[in-house]
Amino acid sequence: MSSDQDHLKETDTEARFEFKKEERSSFQAEKGLTEETIRVISEDKGEPEWMLKRRLRALEQFQKMPMPTDWPGQPDLSEVDVNEIIPYIRPDVETRESVDDWTDLPDDIKDTFDKLGIPEAEKNALSGVGAQYESEVVYQNMQEQWEEKGVIFCNMDEAVREHEDLVREHFMTKCVPPSDNKFAALHGAIWSGGSFVYVPEDTVVEMPVQAYFRMNSEGMGQFEHTLIIAEENSEVHYIEGCSAPKYSAFNLHSGGVEVFVGEGAHVQYSTVQNWSKNTYNLNTKRALVEADGRMEWISGSMGSKATMLYPASILKGRGASDNHITIAFAGEGQNIDTGAKVYHNAPNTKSTIESKSISKDGGRTNYRGLVHIADGAANSSTSVECDALMFDNESTSDTMPYMEINESTVDVAHEATVGKIGDEDVFYLQSRGLDDDDAKQMIVSGFIEPITEELPIEYAVELNRLVELEMEGSLG
Amino acid sequence: MATLQINNLHAKVAEEGGETILRGVDLEVKSGEIHALMGPNGSGKSTTAKVIAGHPAYEVTDGEITLVLDDEDVADIDEDVPPEKREWDLLDLEPNERAALGIFLGFQYPAEIEGVTMTNFLRQALNAKAEEREELFEDEDEAEAEEEEDSGYDTSPMEGNVDDGEIGVAEFQQLLKEKMELLDMDEKFAQRYLNAGFSGGEKKQNEVLQAAILEPAIAVLDEIDSGLDIDRLQDVSEGINALRDEQGTGVLQITHYQRILDYVEPDHVHVMIDGEIAQSGGADLAKKLEDEGYDWVREQVYETA
Repeated sequence: MSSDQDHLKETDTEARFEFKKEERSSFQAEKGLTEETIRVISEDKGEPEWMLKRRLRALEQFQKMPMPTDWPGQPDLSEVDVNEIIPYIRPDVETRESVDDWTDLPDDIKDTFDKLGIPEAEKNALSGVGAQYESEVVYQNMQEQWEEKGVIFCNMDEAVREHEDLVREHFMTKCVPPSDNKFAALHGAIWSGGSFVYVPEDTVVEMPVQAYFRMNSEGMGQFEHTLIIAEENSEVHYIEGCSAPKYSAFNLHSGGVEVFVGEGAHVQYSTVQNWSKNTYNLNTKRALVEADGRMEWISGSMGSKATMLYPASILKGRGASDNHITIAFAGEGQNIDTGAKVYHNAPNTKSTIESKSISKDGGRTNYRGLVHIADGAANSSTSVECDALMFDNESTSDTMPYMEINESTVDVAHEATVGKIGDEDVFYLQSRGLDDDDAKQMIVSGFIEPITEELPIEYAVELNRLVELEMEGSLG
Repeated sequence: MATLQINNLHAKVAEEGGETILRGVDLEVKSGEIHALMGPNGSGKSTTAKVIAGHPAYEVTDGEITLVLDDEDVADIDEDVPPEKREWDLLDLEPNERAALGIFLGFQYPAEIEGVTMTNFLRQALNAKAEEREELFEDEDEAEAEEEEDSGYDTSPMEGNVDDGEIGVAEFQQLLKEKMELLDMDEKFAQRYLNAGFSGGEKKQNEVLQAAILEPAIAVLDEIDSGLDIDRLQDVSEGINALRDEQGTGVLQITHYQRILDYVEPDHVHVMIDGEIAQSGGADLAKKLEDEGYDWVREQVYETA
């Protein structure tokens, strides 16, 4: 791992200098995402030839595809200059190198850790010092227990080396091909890090598989790839993310998540994420669900300047089902555009989408959804519920559900509510002793309760805390 | 014994050209007393209740609302409370500060808050009230020193912040259980969301439960008897009597009907007409109103005017 760091460090001294001087904004270095850079990344990682080829093909596609610009009400991406993407990677390496010391972290990030009440040991872990040690311990204990069952849980880069056949078959082939969209293509070209999870047939992993602080410690997490393969009748709950803001020296995150849900298998993918407010968060997450399989997406999206994220499930087999629960929070200057996509491609498939959004101080949330019921997907049902909560008249929330129904014997329900935090509700709680802020926080925690109840307690606590901090406007 | 003094209170709807509703209300309620505030619709009873609690929809244009505390009221504050902290001008305070000093408003139409369980809400309210109370009575210098001390963090996110003096989960649950039994409420209420899907009667019972837990000095109960069947009316009445008998709460009970006064006997009855207290008397006044309506009071008002 250190070899690629060193290499990049050596090749981009000027950029590092610029980065230091300019700090996190207006960073201008050598432009352009070139074949040469991709080759360097791949070589540093010691990747097999086929992976390099896939990267290069993805790069080609990326260069050919236009930026999405014509979606109604989409976030403004004009600031995302694809020609400057590569320089955005390098400061990350630099960052990890330079932040051995807690005191070197920017103040807003440190403040956030303080406010989250994260103890010194965890702070060190988050700043990249103790992370590997700290998470290795946890990780290996778990791994032993799983290994006996044939479960694999490792870093994605390592998976390419150690579990080549599995990765080669599944990596950006059938689930999220690079041709899917411009940012999937970008991801395919420069992806790095992430998690690989493999669960064999008839195996139930009782405890959640968690990639917690790992993304920070492994670095280059801004383009991480997650590949989950759950074989027939297996079951796994994968939790990703950390509730502390990622240290993002640059402003593009483009992750990729691919989930293969085998026949009768059950996968739950939960994520609680908080991005710094200068980040463009543009991801592609998709699951392929075989007969009687069940996919659950649970996500809390916080932070970022703009987010475009629509986790998708393709219900391929008869009786497959999907459940989406999402929450988005947009404050001043933020545009969170999230939703869900479900393709009912087989009979007796079922989906439920529950989306909650909160906007305040002029923030903007969009629900953008697509439910497609294919001709022949008889007796399928879908239910979509979007609730938006707004704090003030400056904030906006749009609901754009889109449904394509090509089959008659289906059950389709859609419900949307938009509400403002009621003065009467706040006054009621105040009259019981809660101050104005606490009253509003209580109303918001209640609003997102359907999400928090799905999460393990420590994530639920942290999600609540993040919401509290967002509402105080104190996150950097 | 706390005393709530309302003098010459004038209030209007808080907007440009808002309607004036209160036109000089005078009222004094001491803890341990039960006052009934009666009067026809639109006379300003609910507005009086909301203004006492600090509802932002109303603007006070004249008059005062003062809360005077005695030794007993400040017994939980661990110091000699100086005279200047015995008398509070409520109009200067936020609704939660008023609550911390011992004012409770029982709502006619309580808010429904989804996702927040009764247990969580009540425990947080109790702790928030205690904390605010401490701050209100705290010396300013001490407050500054403490703020500096608090500027760091000392607990991990998994544990949450538990400050000194907060009521713990187990202790609180015991308290809640006792109070619910007293009001004949089903145990499963504790895990339901605050007022969400509660029947009218359940909501009213819940208001009294909250008063029982928050132990206010003065409880203003706004039409707590409306929409109750006879059994529930008795439960709620018992709860109100217990507030006074066991906690020494002073009750200002707003009602249209004599009915609840059969169970909760008032020491004083006031009749409000057109934003003023037009007539005050004992329990027999309520009976006279029941028999004869409000017209005779109205006539008296116009005669004197």
